[in-house]
Amino acid sequence: MTSNAAIPDEDGPLYVSAKKVYPQSVKGRFRRIKWALLAFCLGIYYFLPFVRWDRGPALPDQAVMVDFERRRFYFFFIELWPQEVYYLTGLLILAAIVLFLMNAIAGRIWCGYLCPQTVWTDLFFAVERLIEGDRRDRIKLDSQGWSASKIGLKAAKHFVWLMIAWWTGGAWVLYFSDAPTLVKDLATFQAPFSAYLWIGILTATTYVFAGHMREQVCLYMCPWPRIQAALTDSDALNVTYKFDRGEPRASVKQAAQLKAAGQPAGDCVECKQCIAVCPTGIDIREGTQLGCIQCGLCIDACDDVMGKLGRPTGLIGYDTLKAVEARACSTTPPALRLVRPRTILYAAIIAFVGGAMLYQLATRAFLGMSVVHERTPLFTTLKDGSIRNAYTLRIANKRSEERPVAITLDAPMGTTWEVVGAQQTADWRPIVVIPPDSTLDVRLFVTMPQPQAKGPSQMIQIKAADLSFGENATVKDNFFAP
Amino acid sequence: MTNPNHTAHEPDFDAVTGQSTTGHSWDGIRELNTPLPRWWLWTFYVTILWSIGYWLVYPAWPLISSHTTGLFGYSSRAAVAVEVQALEQRRDQQAAGLKTASLEEIKASPDMLRVALARGKASFAENCVGCHGQGGTGAPSYPNLTDDDWIWGGALKDIEATIQHGIRWTQNADTRMGEMLAFGRQGMLKKDEIEQVVDFVRSLAKLDTAKGANLAAGKTLYDANCASCHGEAGKGNREVGAPDLTDAIWLYGSSREAMIESVHNGRAGIMPAWASRLDPVTIKALTVYVHSLGGGQ
Repeated sequence: MTSNAAIPDEDGPLYVSAKKVYPQSVKGRFRRIKWALLAFCLGIYYFLPFVRWDRGPALPDQAVMVDFERRRFYFFFIELWPQEVYYLTGLLILAAIVLFLMNAIAGRIWCGYLCPQTVWTDLFFAVERLIEGDRRDRIKLDSQGWSASKIGLKAAKHFVWLMIAWWTGGAWVLYFSDAPTLVKDLATFQAPFSAYLWIGILTATTYVFAGHMREQVCLYMCPWPRIQAALTDSDALNVTYKFDRGEPRASVKQAAQLKAAGQPAGDCVECKQCIAVCPTGIDIREGTQLGCIQCGLCIDACDDVMGKLGRPTGLIGYDTLKAVEARACSTTPPALRLVRPRTILYAAIIAFVGGAMLYQLATRAFLGMSVVHERTPLFTTLKDGSIRNAYTLRIANKRSEERPVAITLDAPMGTTWEVVGAQQTADWRPIVVIPPDSTLDVRLFVTMPQPQAKGPSQMIQIKAADLSFGENATVKDNFFAP
Repeated sequence: MTNPNHTAHEPDFDAVTGQSTTGHSWDGIRELNTPLPRWWLWTFYVTILWSIGYWLVYPAWPLISSHTTGLFGYSSRAAVAVEVQALEQRRDQQAAGLKTASLEEIKASPDMLRVALARGKASFAENCVGCHGQGGTGAPSYPNLTDDDWIWGGALKDIEATIQHGIRWTQNADTRMGEMLAFGRQGMLKKDEIEQVVDFVRSLAKLDTAKGANLAAGKTLYDANCASCHGEAGKGNREVGAPDLTDAIWLYGSSREAMIESVHNGRAGIMPAWASRLDPVTIKALTVYVHSLGGGQ
């Protein structure tokens, strides 16, 4: 027991406080790309619910909407029913494989430029910088005691953050109901409780994740960095510190001395600008790592410094591990291999899944019918000895117009049929009217006279013919007899 | 207890990763110290506080004869009761049209028909399947409601009257009455006479008859004893619930033995009157549902 008793004192801390990161502002190519993508992505997110798309009087005219109440998903010209949720599976497969392909080509493009966590955090950093100043000012402000001006600055920042977060939550609920109506209802406190609740939840998550959690989400909560680390290879482009060129590090003065003495000196001047601008606070010179979201801001920072020193830019840049290692060994770096088995495989899967979904969508039927044979009873003997079978037909009308549908049968001569609640036409075809964008269950009775009704069963074909659009749907089922 | 494989010494640094170790060593394998973020710990504490909130708000602790009820007196049973009530209200709204509409109007309106069929199906499963079977298929001595043979009539108003007042349900003044006499037991017909009349009836229904059966004698007996209710041609009479004897449907079976038993002992199936148990709207819905099972006339 003596050894155990000593352990607690000797143990290191089991928990560490997160070190606050103060990213410095930076200008350059990647910063511009990030601004453009931020404006594009957030623009779509905040304004898409207000885009209209005419689907006729019976259906909502919102371009993108998830209608839980009527169980429909609308996306411009596409309207999906719950049984078509396999499109979602397809989308998820596509999303995963596109992520893999991006990673195989140029690393964590998703993390660096497109992930909501990155985009909103970037926006929140911008607000923070605008109100509290750049890196130095913020570090200074945080180390100061509380004063009226500090309280004012902090309050202003959190207020703007909360406003953005609130708008984010507000935009979210607009995807689930008619946006203009819901905005009006929200403003007049007529909206359903769930709308306010979800705005509250999304406001809280946006404020906490983008304002406070920031890089902690990437480091501790997100599974993708771990998967990405396992998926990447030495042919993939990654934001890389080219140590072959940078090492050994030396200040401008030291480098001149070293070179004069005939000793090697690298281009890295240890200015630490790459660390200062990093939104996750890592040192890219330690190599590709979990904390690096590959946003490219260190490239901008380093290029700026190199430019001022009159040295070639690109000490940090998109490069492959193979190329850096080859140059470090003074051999010719291999050519960039963007086309390699894994990228071909990913592209092929994307093409296949995307193609299958497109085909399915293009050939999607607007009239559907399924049939269930009545089990109790399988058949009924009538007074004259003829046999009757009952079926439940479920007819789906995926158009926004009401459609009359005639039910006909492909069955032996003498077979008669009727549909409960149908209008009977002169040519004995029962006609049922399917309301727009819905399904209707109807009961079908099929009666066969005795010699034709052969037991134990025979196949019959039931056909639904749409009289207004000329579309057909057919199903087969058994006709049972003793 | 000390694990002999475990040694503890000063925390030190791992040369490969540059990270500190916990100082624990297991079979020579050292453990890197990768501390959790502090906020993770706080999150854990918050979940504990949250659970205390649950104790306060919801029923939580068992007491000797009851349990703590929580601040707002929430109970899942009461929550269900509210939902059930709301559902019943919604159903009443949907069925509001059925109250005043006639059976024919319900049958002709797609919307009312849908409500009536749904309501009728539910009520049928609750009240009727015990005798008439799932889907109304019936059983020997319980009529099949899916065929086109009706003892008391298969029109909407006939079905409704049968459901309301029942059959041979003496507590109900308007119940349907009719009696198939026990010709054998009561000594009206002798054994061989019963066989003769049964063979004659079988010939009406085109069923096989006993070898050398005296159909002429059977007809005489039939005319004298049976025709008053079942009709001269054996087509039955719905006024008194006398079934059609010429068709392919036999409530008590079409075997010679079953028919002899019917004539010997008589038959008198009973159906309860539902007017006293179900509300008028439900009876209407049941009527429309039964009428749509296949046999409605």
